[in-house]
Amino acid sequence: MMQDTALDRILMRSGGALLALLWFVPLAYAIWAAFHPAAFEARFDLTAPLTLGNFSAAWQQAPFARYFLNTFLLVAMILAAQLVLCTLAAFAFARLSFPGKSILFALILLQLLVMPDILLVENYKTMRALGLVDSILAIGLPYFASGFAIFLLRQTFMTIPKELDEAARIEGCSLLGVLWRVYVPLGKPAMLAFGLVSVSHHWNNFLWPLIITNSVETRPLTVGLSIFATTDSGTSWAVINAATLMTAAPLLLGFLLFQRQFVQSFMRAGIK
Amino acid sequence: MVKREWIYAWALLLPAFVFLITFTHLPAVQTLINSLYTTPKGRRAAMFTGLGNYQQMLSDPVFLKAMVNSGIYALVTILASILLALAMALLVHRSFRGVGLMRMSFFTPTVLPLIAVANIWLFFYAPGFGLIDQIRVFFGLASANYAGQPDTALYAVAAVTIWKEAGFFMIFFLAALQTVPETLREAAAIEGCSRWTFFRRVTLPLIMPTTLFVSVNAVINAFRLVDHVFVMTKGGPDNASMLLLYYIFETGFRYWDTAYAGALTMVLIAILAAVGIGQFFLADKRVHYR
Repeated sequence: MMQDTALDRILMRSGGALLALLWFVPLAYAIWAAFHPAAFEARFDLTAPLTLGNFSAAWQQAPFARYFLNTFLLVAMILAAQLVLCTLAAFAFARLSFPGKSILFALILLQLLVMPDILLVENYKTMRALGLVDSILAIGLPYFASGFAIFLLRQTFMTIPKELDEAARIEGCSLLGVLWRVYVPLGKPAMLAFGLVSVSHHWNNFLWPLIITNSVETRPLTVGLSIFATTDSGTSWAVINAATLMTAAPLLLGFLLFQRQFVQSFMRAGIK
Repeated sequence: MVKREWIYAWALLLPAFVFLITFTHLPAVQTLINSLYTTPKGRRAAMFTGLGNYQQMLSDPVFLKAMVNSGIYALVTILASILLALAMALLVHRSFRGVGLMRMSFFTPTVLPLIAVANIWLFFYAPGFGLIDQIRVFFGLASANYAGQPDTALYAVAAVTIWKEAGFFMIFFLAALQTVPETLREAAAIEGCSRWTFFRRVTLPLIMPTTLFVSVNAVINAFRLVDHVFVMTKGGPDNASMLLLYYIFETGFRYWDTAYAGALTMVLIAILAAVGIGQFFLADKRVHYR
């Protein structure tokens, strides 16, 4: 074992602490501004009074309640559709043999490279043709069939022992019955991991929702926040920071409570 | 003869493929086709121009600027975020008191919306009262507007990307460092090998596949992540922070030149495809498909 000298250890740890502190500064600065009156937004005085006034001001100045509802509906709809569609497809790829299997799978993998996020113009035309411009459904539709989810679930399903599958069939289970009783329960950890990634991705998504929505009734939080923050109505930085933290709060809280799951899910999502 | 199993398989795939083809494959092909035509205007229908849109790019100063910027942006964000991610992983991969807090501090930016992050940083950069400017003034320097000056805007945007990405990449290096066998470390200690030599000769080669994988992700993100540009600079000032995807948005949805936007999208697809093919030939797949 290479012996760490005491000096080594001190250097490594103080270096780490310094970098960690530096990394936290932007967020800390925003938190400071959000919880203090505007007069203290850039003045660091430990005796400055704390306030929630910036949050209530932001809540009143823009329809954040509606934006929250829209985002919530959006991520729930996308996740539900993704889980159903991708579980079915992943099951076919993992356990059935049929002509065209490898070509179809290659088409799925292609989506990992050419994501709907960059096909903005054509997808906008499609939505216009379907009469769906400015609807929450239109924000979600391009993401319903996720190549990544199909890939992840297929990998998971392939590790499930075939004997379980065969036993269920001998018991008289139909194909969908096997999927529902054997594969779905055993695939839950993978689905949970994918769920966390999907929810945080679509909670944070901005460009496509910006293009396809143009009213309060459909706009998700990210788009609402960008409009709120850029209006030159003299909104103070303190209020903008409060709105910003509010937008990120649900994910941030979820992350603080379920750190391990978040980190592991993001890692699984990265390693495709 | 068509087997029953085939029918089941195709039926299971059908719903996913309807969406996949409608919103990914068809639009991709349609983008290619439309990029060979002019944009229909009023009564004038789209006309075939062949590579006309692509020729227009070569003499379009904004496009050339966006390409140069995207290149600089990619290079800066990739190098900095990978080096920082590796440093972070090395600093926190042993457990000691407070390590959990450090990891949390590094990883938290990953879960924040990029658009929210942009607001936070804009405040951070704000001339006059932003923290960076306060520090400058404290040291007697002139006030500066990092996001609003042509020579710093691109780097101001890149810094945000690095801040957000480094912690995400760190978790892959952390996982890779766990796989470096303890026996190697012991052997190296017996040989009297220095910490730096061990890192260079043992650790670094062992985590090379992870580095490659992280690099590919960093390249893709460098072309995909533009949300913060909308809040911080809008591509300006004077196109100083114009990036390819942001230019596609402007062309397609501000000037409604959809054919030219299609041609620009094809450039982006070509870049992403090149990255994907490169990864396919370079990557040691066994490492990732455990």
